[in-house]
Amino acid sequence: MNEKIALRKIWELVMHGVFLLAACTSILAVVLICLFLFANGLPAIAEIGPLKFLLGRTWKPGNNLFGILPMILGSIYVTAGALVVGVPVGLLCAVYLARFCPKKLASKINPAVDLLAGIPSVVYGFFGIVVLVPAVRLVFGVKNGSTMLTASLLLGMMILPTIISVAQASILAVPESYYEGALALGATEERSVFGAVLPAAKSGILAAVVLGVGRAVGETMAVIMVAGNQTWMPQGLLKGVRTLTTNIVMEMGYAADLHREALIATAVVLFVLVLMINLCFSALKRRGER
Amino acid sequence: MNHDKKLRRAQRWAIYKRSPASLALRLVCLLACIITLSVLAFLIGYILIKGVPNLQPSLFAWEYTSENVSLMPAMVNTLIMTALALVIAVPLGVGAAIWLVEYARRGSRLVKVVRLMAETLSGIPSIVYGLFGMLFFVTALKWKYSMMAGGFTVAIMILPLIIRTTEEALRSVPDSYREGSFGLGAGRLRTVWRIVLPAAMPGILSGVILAIGRVVGETAALIYTAGTVAEIPKSLMRSGRTLAVHMYVLSSEGLHINEAYGTAVVLLVVVAGINALSAFVAKKLAKGTE
Repeated sequence: MNEKIALRKIWELVMHGVFLLAACTSILAVVLICLFLFANGLPAIAEIGPLKFLLGRTWKPGNNLFGILPMILGSIYVTAGALVVGVPVGLLCAVYLARFCPKKLASKINPAVDLLAGIPSVVYGFFGIVVLVPAVRLVFGVKNGSTMLTASLLLGMMILPTIISVAQASILAVPESYYEGALALGATEERSVFGAVLPAAKSGILAAVVLGVGRAVGETMAVIMVAGNQTWMPQGLLKGVRTLTTNIVMEMGYAADLHREALIATAVVLFVLVLMINLCFSALKRRGER
Repeated sequence: MNHDKKLRRAQRWAIYKRSPASLALRLVCLLACIITLSVLAFLIGYILIKGVPNLQPSLFAWEYTSENVSLMPAMVNTLIMTALALVIAVPLGVGAAIWLVEYARRGSRLVKVVRLMAETLSGIPSIVYGLFGMLFFVTALKWKYSMMAGGFTVAIMILPLIIRTTEEALRSVPDSYREGSFGLGAGRLRTVWRIVLPAAMPGILSGVILAIGRVVGETAALIYTAGTVAEIPKSLMRSGRTLAVHMYVLSSEGLHINEAYGTAVVLLVVVAGINALSAFVAKKLAKGTE
């Protein structure tokens, strides 16, 4: 009998250790990712020169010119464009689903929003190639429809579900008394929502936008298919553009030596950028929960 | 009853007459929702209409040749890749969540670190995962472009998703279950294994299904880890392209646009099925706890 209890105790301890180890794998993964990216990328940045790398205006691997400013700006512009497209529609849609729409209808629409989130980026990209690119070419009369505008439109579509679901959750989390209080003061339903409920959900809504930014900055396959990917400095809405993410995929297949390391360094820049965005997101989320 | 409704409608119109801005706000929200839904409907409708006629039997031939770009090998590879990623990520993710919810002391520093790391992992763009996989699994461990390298890479990618959904599922199991089990003399391990896990199973499953969706749709993390060979690999240490990668290669080559449409249809159907399944399982959970 005693033996059995001892065995059980040992078993308990062992499994506790196993679960603990499983929990530590995510720490290990992050450490490994940082280690390998930085170890392979930082030497290249040092060799090229951090300023020349980050602020250089020309990317010509053949001539040993590795400036990623065009790609940094490209990522920023395309993301900004995606926000212009996606945020108003996403937020208003979230407001509608959370406050104005009958509950039953909302529970029918939300799975559709989830489906929008689940569609693979290649399918979005393909849709961009066959629909958006020709449409932009036709509407704006440009020779090549793969432009910054096309990429922004497509990314705007892609961040919609993220923004809708996060913003909707934060609007639903606002206590009903805010809304009722505003109604009691004589405000219309809409004014109560926009004047009392939305300000209370502010940090959650901001978090939704920041999460959308994170998705847009990190998106690769859809952008590569519609953005044109020229390495010049961004020249306008109706010209092609290359982002940090696409720079990596475009050239990793054949790059060698310093070129290869410069691409990994591009990923380091992207990684750091995304980490900062994520820190903003979790700070906002925490503030919202309080 | 009917009279009541009429009265209410008249009241509403009276309000809107006095405050047209309110009406405008509501209409704008409705419009945003309609835009979102029509984006989804247009995307799916367009691809289905153009793609379904391209679903020829030859598209599902067992052999991929340069004349007949069959998607069958890619389909099989997707199944293998998904299974591989799940075999790696599910035990680790579920174990980690069990530790976080059932074993860790509340407020312990390790819990905070693990949470932070999981959050960080979930924000990293897939191309960064792909590059890490290339540097670590493909190069450092000398696995070359292989299903194994791809599987490990996407496993790390879906780990945070599985941890988070399992955590939520475990937390939604009422404490009375645990107390009852302890009261009957069961140890912690037995309680977790026999009582808590079965009760949390639908939630865990719906998370796992979502993770499957991510693996199926993943491209950027796989191109430089699993490679793009369009055959069913003879072993896990060989390269093979999944359906999403296949789709990307087809549409970026631009030679087989009809087959690309067909592949897009198959991907969409698979993803929609996975989403519906996950929602169905989650709904079962909601009913179970009522």
